[in-house]
Amino acid sequence: MVTTSRLHVPRTPARPGEMPDFSYLQLSPAGAVARPEASAPARDIGALSLELVRVLDDDHVAKGPWHPHLDPEELQVGLRHMLLTRLYDERMQRTQRAGKVSFYIRSLGEEAVSVAQCMALRPGDMLFPSYRNQGVHIARGMPLVDLMCQLLSNTRDMCKGRQLPVMYHSVAGNIFSISGNLATQFPQAVGWAMAAAIKGQDHLAASWIGEGSSAEADFHHALLFASVYQAPVILNVVNNQWAISTFQGYAGGEQRSFAARGPGYGIAGIRVDGNDFLAVYAVTRWAAERARTGAGPTLIELVTYRVGAHSTSDDPTRYRAKDDHRHWPLGDPIERLKRHLIALGEWSDERHRLLTEELEAEIAASWKEAVAYGTLNEGPRLDSGLMFEDVFKEMPPHLERQRAAMRQAAASAATAARAAAASAAGASNPAKD
Amino acid sequence: MAQMTMVQALNSAMDVMLGRDPAVILMGEDIGYFGGVFRATEGLQRKYGEHRVLDTPIAEGAIVGTAIGMGVNGLRPVAEIQFADYIYPGFDQIASELARLRYRTAGDFFAPVTIRTPCGGGIRGGQTHSQSPEGIFTHVCGIKVVMPSNPFDAKGLLITAIEDDDPVIFFEPKRLYNGPFDGDPGKAAIPWSTHPKGEVPEGHYTVPFGKADIVRAGEALTIVTYGTMVFVAMRAAASLGVDAEIIDLRSLVPLDVDTVCASVKKTGRCVVAHEATRFSGFGAEILSIVQEECFWDLEAPIQRVAGWDTPYPHAFEWEYFPGPERVATAIRAVLERT
Repeated sequence: MVTTSRLHVPRTPARPGEMPDFSYLQLSPAGAVARPEASAPARDIGALSLELVRVLDDDHVAKGPWHPHLDPEELQVGLRHMLLTRLYDERMQRTQRAGKVSFYIRSLGEEAVSVAQCMALRPGDMLFPSYRNQGVHIARGMPLVDLMCQLLSNTRDMCKGRQLPVMYHSVAGNIFSISGNLATQFPQAVGWAMAAAIKGQDHLAASWIGEGSSAEADFHHALLFASVYQAPVILNVVNNQWAISTFQGYAGGEQRSFAARGPGYGIAGIRVDGNDFLAVYAVTRWAAERARTGAGPTLIELVTYRVGAHSTSDDPTRYRAKDDHRHWPLGDPIERLKRHLIALGEWSDERHRLLTEELEAEIAASWKEAVAYGTLNEGPRLDSGLMFEDVFKEMPPHLERQRAAMRQAAASAATAARAAAASAAGASNPAKD
Repeated sequence: MAQMTMVQALNSAMDVMLGRDPAVILMGEDIGYFGGVFRATEGLQRKYGEHRVLDTPIAEGAIVGTAIGMGVNGLRPVAEIQFADYIYPGFDQIASELARLRYRTAGDFFAPVTIRTPCGGGIRGGQTHSQSPEGIFTHVCGIKVVMPSNPFDAKGLLITAIEDDDPVIFFEPKRLYNGPFDGDPGKAAIPWSTHPKGEVPEGHYTVPFGKADIVRAGEALTIVTYGTMVFVAMRAAASLGVDAEIIDLRSLVPLDVDTVCASVKKTGRCVVAHEATRFSGFGAEILSIVQEECFWDLEAPIQRVAGWDTPYPHAFEWEYFPGPERVATAIRAVLERT
């Protein structure tokens, strides 16, 4: 039977049992995309939103006008941050499997996005991350113990037990709170940037969402306000191809790149190989220069691949081809930067092995310290009365009453439990009295 | 002191705060050059400039979302949502983000955003320019909800809202903008210049949240109300010649439980009146609290007066509006039981 419906349903390239197929990806050769001046008007550089900025070629050689010419030491720092992010993810995933943490989200395969972008910005720039940007916390030097205590909702949790694991924040690190509601941080970042402009600050804001979340109204709100007020903001769409089980075509990626939403709003849009540390760094520096010099906001689409499951509650073998990431044409960000450094004579497999050991030891030591502050199941716990604080700056009377009621109920339950235990002990040992 | 309408009093509050605090900015649709569709921000962009009084695109979700980001970056935004009926595109940013930011970050981040929005019917606005959605927001934890009934309170409460480090939704009963409307659309409009609460100080002053106003002291029954219904209740009580104690809540969150319950314990009878729809309305919360706190002092079942549980109909505005007759019926009902 031939179906002739005009309703188009986006095609997912490879479901379980099918051969992985990434032929839909529009790729540009490394070094092939021109680099306009950061002052170029958005209307003159529309092509950037359709091409793909790449610096590292298949032989791990950096080439072309986007080559950022970073010192080897900086590249080694970038490699270290990415590797730490990955090892941290692996270890925390295992602790979730062991029942120590209720939930976890890895950024496996996407480490260059957070790390290279964060390194291309200044410490005073405000970051509005999503839940798959742990690399920004690592790159901004947040102590692993702090991150782990958040995962554990323990007595040192920065959120006082109020947020799902991975929803970190840091005032000192200029990293905004992560929301579980998708894309809400996008217009908030624009507002922060508008305020920076109103106040005459030199800082910019950067925010990240997934390509799936770009379907939310907040994405479009953010682009509109960023364009209207030419806010000093960098808006990043991390196109990792998958929104849980839904392929990027369902977010509108089949007909046009996500970066191309930018020119539609009068914003510079640029598409970059998200697994190429050098390209991500260079594009972000370019966007930051635009923001800081008044050339306006930039929408960056980072083309990458979600190698792992969406979260520990997800099983991707049920909806996508097994091992499809092995066929991903843009490789692995850590492996590519490592090979590049080795090609430069600035790294070796042996140094990589030693670094891995060092970072694993750091993670193990941090975990040992973090669990001493309590876990969900054992050790010290937060006072449950804390749940009533911070709803408002000052606690209103009705919450004071509710906290007192909760404490009284807990005290009565404890008394009843003690009485029951005493009576049970008496019953089992009648000779005692 | 000066004679002011509620619109002028609100304008004066924003003027005072823009003048006192460089962090205060206004944003909203048509509020800048034009001065707002109800003229609440008239002249303020001219006085404080385009960077302090921002005209925005028509996107309530973005207005609230960017206001949050501005608040996090040290500003004190006062966002106008042109009609309360238009607030829903911003609901996620209000309920999931603005209201919970302080909580989810254990006090590390907060956004001192005030959202002003005209509410209520009586202006032939139909179902998209007449709603009173305050009960939807009183159910959200972490946001303060305010509704003044007169110019003096409006200015003092708005200054309190802007200075508050917690987010506030500030509902403005638009039928009261120009006078103390008592629920009779056939009568000539009464201007604020005839009412003592139309006398407003020109400078800075505050009216605190969580402090209800006893607009009429009495012994026979307690009428708990706010916004447009304050003057409707006054008229209903007067028409029956009843010695009612009428309480204007002014802020719904925080709620002045003490004033309400002290009054009901004294009178033993209670009517709750609001313009918003009845089912799951804020009145149900008042009823529950009065029942919990004053049950043994009650002489009669508590009565509720509210909008019917339908959208606000354009053609039947005054049949829909809970006018003085419906309040009077409720008063009679609580007084009949002895």
